[in-house]
Amino acid sequence: MTSLEHASPATETPMIVMEHVDKWYGEFKALTDINLAVRAGEKIVLCGPSGSGKSTLIRCINHLEIYQKGAIRVEGITLGSDPGTIDAVRREVGMVFQNFNLFPHLTVLENCTLAPMRSLRMSKAKAEATARRLLDRVKILEQAEKYPAQLSGGQQQRVAIARALCMGPKVMLFDEPTSALDPEMVKEVLDTMVALAEEGMTMICVTHEMGFARQVADRVIFMASGEIVEEAPPEVFFSNPSHERTKKFLGEILHRH
Amino acid sequence: MGLNEFIFLLVGLKWTVFLSAIGFACGGITGLGVALARTSGIPVLERVTAGYIALFQGTPLLMQLFVVYYGLALMGLRLDAWVAVAIGFTLHASAYLGEIWRGAIEAVPRGQTEAAKALSLKYVSRMKDVILPQALRISLPATIGFLVQLIKGTSLAAIVGFTELARAGSIVSNQIFEPLTVFGIVGALYFAMCWPLSLYGAHLESRFAAATR
Ligand SMILES: Nc1ncnc2c1ncn2[C@@H]1O[C@H](COP(=O)(O)OP(=O)(O)OP(=O)(O)O)[C@@H](O)[C@H]1O
Ligand SMILES: [Mg+2]
Repeated sequence: MTSLEHASPATETPMIVMEHVDKWYGEFKALTDINLAVRAGEKIVLCGPSGSGKSTLIRCINHLEIYQKGAIRVEGITLGSDPGTIDAVRREVGMVFQNFNLFPHLTVLENCTLAPMRSLRMSKAKAEATARRLLDRVKILEQAEKYPAQLSGGQQQRVAIARALCMGPKVMLFDEPTSALDPEMVKEVLDTMVALAEEGMTMICVTHEMGFARQVADRVIFMASGEIVEEAPPEVFFSNPSHERTKKFLGEILHRH
Repeated sequence: MGLNEFIFLLVGLKWTVFLSAIGFACGGITGLGVALARTSGIPVLERVTAGYIALFQGTPLLMQLFVVYYGLALMGLRLDAWVAVAIGFTLHASAYLGEIWRGAIEAVPRGQTEAAKALSLKYVSRMKDVILPQALRISLPATIGFLVQLIKGTSLAAIVGFTELARAGSIVSNQIFEPLTVFGIVGALYFAMCWPLSLYGAHLESRFAAATR
């Protein structure tokens, strides 16, 4: 199956296209022949066992990892053909990390205004207005003057989401955004993500929160050993997976919950 | 010991402070360049600066001062003693500070660079706004420790005929034959400069230890 068969009607260019992408870490092959097309507004949930290459895949999209073969295009920009494209792609693609990676020496507000001011040359006043609006949207505006260390994990992750949104991205990548959180904080972050999805954001989420996948995903993709093994709408994926490895994985993951 | 002798010591002290300040300021600027080159990911730059650091950490400061002082003279560059000594201290400090700050830059979690990249921050902003402020904080105790070493190290400038505090001390002592008094005072003056810095460094260290616990 190639990516293009999954793309919506031919007139619409997909937001993200990965074609025959291979990636090695030295001798180790981390991704094999990845083909994926994501339409504007589509929500993808990426799951699979530890070490299957989920993080590697989404980190290739914003060039945090380099890949050796194939092509990746975001919004029609082909990654890596010249250095400017990396920058252009990163301005369109927001990323949220497992460990939040907020800047500890900056306040919540400064975390949110830094990149728009530096990368988009936004004025301070405008960047702050945008930041306050988005902090309000993730329901954490009252913490704007605090430092990250003064916030709970769930609050920090919501700030990280707001920080990424301040750049006005067209796509959001999430790499296990709730797996470093205490259980009671998972919901507030997932609620934020659901709200974002409802507003039409294009999203690729690496997560094992299957409830979230059922609720918002258009497609669930299962990876193993660096390959895409199966992809299907959540109804099909959960009730009627076709591959043995998917069944085994689902068995393990649903048991845990 | 009379007032004149004491004033002579204070003039020496002034040069010690001046030399330390120059060495620290110029060495700091160059050292920042060394640290950035050392962590640049560009193999040539990394190797050259690694060699630079190894050279200056692996040889005595005294020898470095000799080489700069007499070496430059041999090359036909007749510099004032203080200029030659200042150059020597700058080179020395840049290697040490470069190494201290390299370590600090590398101690900033990788996720910080990744988050900055994902936000499309370019190298200069990534360093200036994200990495260096955190690295500076990490390196502060070691940086202050080095400054204390540098202040005491300025006494070696006496060897090439530069009259800083230690040499002023031995000159006065030779004149008035009161070595104990004179060097007691000289020691007290060094102590007055270095001890508060050491205390401050230790204070910062314990504060950071508490903060990261
Ligand atoms: N920097 C690296 N150098 C070498 N190997 C790496 C590196 N990063 C990842 N790998 C390897 O690549 C494989 C895929 O890693 P990746 O982090 O993408 O997996 P993952 O599916 O995200 O796993 P997890 O669920 O544990 O986060 C793993 O086997 C991992 O050990
Ligand atoms: Mg991962």
